Amino acid sequence: MKLLFERSRKGRQCCILPPCDVETAAFDESLLRKAPLHLPEISEVDLGRHYTELAKQTHGVNDGFYPLGSCTMKYNPRIDEEAAALPGFTGIHPLQEPESVQGAMEVLYETEQLLKEITGMDAMTFQPAAGAHGEYTGLLLIRSYHLHNGNKERNKIIVPDSAHGTNPASASMAGFEVISVKSDENGGVDLDALRAAVGPDTAGLMLTNPNTVGLFDPNILKITEIVHQAGGLCYYDGANLNAVMGHVRPGDLGFDCVHLNLHKTFAAPHGGGGPGSGPVGCKEFLTQFMPAPLVKKEEDHFEFFVPENSMGRVKSFYGNFLVVVKALTYIRTLGKEGIPEASAGAVLNANYLMKKLSGVYDMAFDTLCMHEFVMTLQRQAHEKGVTAMDVAKRLLDFGIHPPTMYFPLIVHEALMVEPTETESPETLDEAAGIFLKIMEEADTDPESLHQAPHSCPIGRPDEVTAARKPVLRYQF
Amino acid sequence: MSVIPAELKYSKTHEWVKEEDGLFVIGLTDYAQSELGDIVFINLPEEGDEVSVGEAFSDVESVKAVSDVYSPVSGVVAEINEELQDNPALVNEDPYGAWLIKVRDVTEQEELLDAAGYEKVVAEEEA
Amino acid sequence: MGSYIPSTGEERQEMLKTIGLSSMDQLYDVVPEEVRLHSLDIPEGMSEMEVSRHMEELAGKNHVFRSVFRGAGAYRHYIPAIVKSVTGKEEFLTAYTPYQAEISQGVLQSIFEYQTQMCELTGMDVSNASVYDGASAAAEAVLMCQERKRSRVIISGTANPQVIETVKTYCGSRNVPVTVIPAREYSTDPGELKNALTEDTAAVYIQSPNYYGVIEDMESLIPVIHESGAKAVMGVNPISLGLLKTPGELGADIAVGEGQPLGMPVAFGGPYLGFMTCRQAMMRRLPGRIVGETTDKEGRRCFVLTLQAREQHIRREKASSNICSNEALCAMTASVYLAAMGPQGLYRAAESCAAHARYLAAELGKLGFHILSGERPFFHEFLTDCPVDSGKLLAALAKQDILGGLPVDGGILWCCTECNSKADIDRLVSIVKEVCGK
Repeated sequence: MKLLFERSRKGRQCCILPPCDVETAAFDESLLRKAPLHLPEISEVDLGRHYTELAKQTHGVNDGFYPLGSCTMKYNPRIDEEAAALPGFTGIHPLQEPESVQGAMEVLYETEQLLKEITGMDAMTFQPAAGAHGEYTGLLLIRSYHLHNGNKERNKIIVPDSAHGTNPASASMAGFEVISVKSDENGGVDLDALRAAVGPDTAGLMLTNPNTVGLFDPNILKITEIVHQAGGLCYYDGANLNAVMGHVRPGDLGFDCVHLNLHKTFAAPHGGGGPGSGPVGCKEFLTQFMPAPLVKKEEDHFEFFVPENSMGRVKSFYGNFLVVVKALTYIRTLGKEGIPEASAGAVLNANYLMKKLSGVYDMAFDTLCMHEFVMTLQRQAHEKGVTAMDVAKRLLDFGIHPPTMYFPLIVHEALMVEPTETESPETLDEAAGIFLKIMEEADTDPESLHQAPHSCPIGRPDEVTAARKPVLRYQF
Repeated sequence: MSVIPAELKYSKTHEWVKEEDGLFVIGLTDYAQSELGDIVFINLPEEGDEVSVGEAFSDVESVKAVSDVYSPVSGVVAEINEELQDNPALVNEDPYGAWLIKVRDVTEQEELLDAAGYEKVVAEEEA
Repeated sequence: MGSYIPSTGEERQEMLKTIGLSSMDQLYDVVPEEVRLHSLDIPEGMSEMEVSRHMEELAGKNHVFRSVFRGAGAYRHYIPAIVKSVTGKEEFLTAYTPYQAEISQGVLQSIFEYQTQMCELTGMDVSNASVYDGASAAAEAVLMCQERKRSRVIISGTANPQVIETVKTYCGSRNVPVTVIPAREYSTDPGELKNALTEDTAAVYIQSPNYYGVIEDMESLIPVIHESGAKAVMGVNPISLGLLKTPGELGADIAVGEGQPLGMPVAFGGPYLGFMTCRQAMMRRLPGRIVGETTDKEGRRCFVLTLQAREQHIRREKASSNICSNEALCAMTASVYLAAMGPQGLYRAAESCAAHARYLAAELGKLGFHILSGERPFFHEFLTDCPVDSGKLLAALAKQDILGGLPVDGGILWCCTECNSKADIDRLVSIVKEVCGK
């Protein structure tokens, strides 16, 4: 496929702007750009076709089943997009006087009320732009709290070894030392290891529950108690909230703060890697440290305010506002019954698909799962030389986006499958059939698996050369 | 089977060491490079940096992993293998030729293994 | 109640049977009973028509001004129609991060194109695939410059205050000291910069055009920074680069900025786009996703996420940044925008911004508004004093559907883009005239 720059022809252009209707500015020559500017010179029709062609080489949620574990690739409702495209939302400047943006402030306020109820928290900020950004913000709440109380020595964050990479990275960015604790044989937090890890230097614990192997930790109340007793706080990574929303709330499990991924749980699209939105909620005693500004309701209007001991800002303005609009549209659509129904549906679909695959595929943990499950290809890798990567790549030939590969790190040859609630039983049946067929191929024609995919625009890329001799831009 | 030359000394963390003209030359063993797979980049220290026993002085990147390289000695970096900046694959191709750093003014060294001792370490890890 | 679950009640019963359960409730048996939630206290769900009305009502409570003379970090530019049609394509909209290169070439290639365009625009060698916004880009950039013996960060006080606040937050949590140098006449003072530079300074962040619209004298400032051994991080407005010298030409080590002007609506502050470009030597310190060109087994050109060993999913607590999701669709927006505008179009936009700002400044000057940065060159924003009560003035403008400049430091920070036509400016000026009693 040609690059934009290879389609460029000197002198072509789209006709966008009128000629300037006032005298042009006379800048001193020394201020002006001398470097050539190689932007594409391209007609509108060629530009349009370029992206249509690129779109055809992109697998979106509407292109087929997308069971990418930990990413909650559910259907993105069109009405959410339509709401976010309303000129009353897209056309307002973030620094307009509050009286002219009451609707936008109400969006933030209303979404905050809904998410407070869903998480069991007392306040919510929408400033963080993504999950990792939310983690960082939540950890800064914990840091601010300990510093405020004069407990400078509480500088360690405990993270299970099954955690997403963002957890330790966020903790380290927030100035903490990371203590990794091992998981028990069921994939949960090892209580003895946790007890051994906590102490007077514990700032807190970061936990995903259900965890990254798709299991709800049955010891969860014990876990948060151990951390609290040691003087630490508990941080809930909302990556997997889609399993439990409406059934159990992080706030009731002993968590003090939480981040959510509106682009996972609340159906906002991922945009090929963003924009997301990672709002952070916390209990009352932490609200004083929240990023500024927050929105409050005074009688019949909305106002911004700065929390008393605010950590400051983590981003410009109020976060990825339009993503919040999408999430609000979604939550209001589902409502009090639809929210728990969605998560139960996700859990049902995951268990159904797991059941269909077990026997042929080895489950890392063979028990009722939450919204996702982890399979291990270790046996097949050993016996047949067929790896998780091979299975994943072969799935591409059938129009299925592969599950998350090689994560969590505590499971070898892992494939992490998250079907989400928006798939029908026949889609799951069909997918199961394909997964099983691939395992048959592992016996009959393993070479074909090693060479997969066969029907994509490209075969497996040479990632080693890409990293050894990086070519990161087009050379003119 | 990985190659373990008899004339070198080894650390448990898979570095090899040899003394040469008063300098300690440090590299990665054959076993280490084969475990790492295709090495795509090596972060090396700068000349004049201090290294100490048991502390990481470098990290080695493959496409999907990164591993620390630990120093078996304490001293000052006398020389780094500049060639590796452009061609990290040398470590895969010739692990005992493609040294990483040379260390001078060595004040301390950990208890190093001989080839037989290191072979046992490798055998244990492979098991 | 709305729902996006396809399966019917009967189908769900069947599925439950398959997994050996009889009720949906049993799916949550593992949750301790004392914390099971049996009713969520939020409103009942709505049909699509109802929710559409609700959202329209909320949107209707906002006022979208017909003409906008306010910038200060968010700029209303004309957005070509093709930008929205491309980024609305559902494949781009709904895909995840392109981990599986074989079915993600569209997204990967578009990021590669974006990286190329940002390098071209800023005159730098390498670009990442975006970060959250201009403020977090500035914060990530100064943290990229951390060295063993150099950690201090200096920020010019002429930078956007929200950027300064964000940098302070990011640095504060890593115990990186931050010095904000005071502005002199709304620009960065070389003397103050020299005084602030220390042996342990890692990076200096200067924004140009700065918060007050002034084009900083980077040609004098950057050598001062480099003499001290620190890195120069330059914040830029991407539209201005159609006309003005690039960070590359000026000798900056890293260029960052808010990419919102490149085809994104002001949208109450987001989603926006943080762009980051740097010199080759700093390539491996760049945070975030980066796309590289390679070939597949048959030698076909293709694109992949690369240099991943920098990132959190591999380096975990040792990663220099925790960023995972970025603003990919916004990066694509910028890329389509730049392609649609082309070199001439971008030049025309930049020229038009600057020309309109000058025209407005001259007209306001006639009414007794003085530019507080004096004779210093400015791009498309400028700060004036206000001979009348600024609140009264802005209210009078608002009444005529004009969002006036932003009250800053007792004056008003005005902004013009290509969207503010001469007729719009004349209308604004006539209202100002009235308020001033002239």
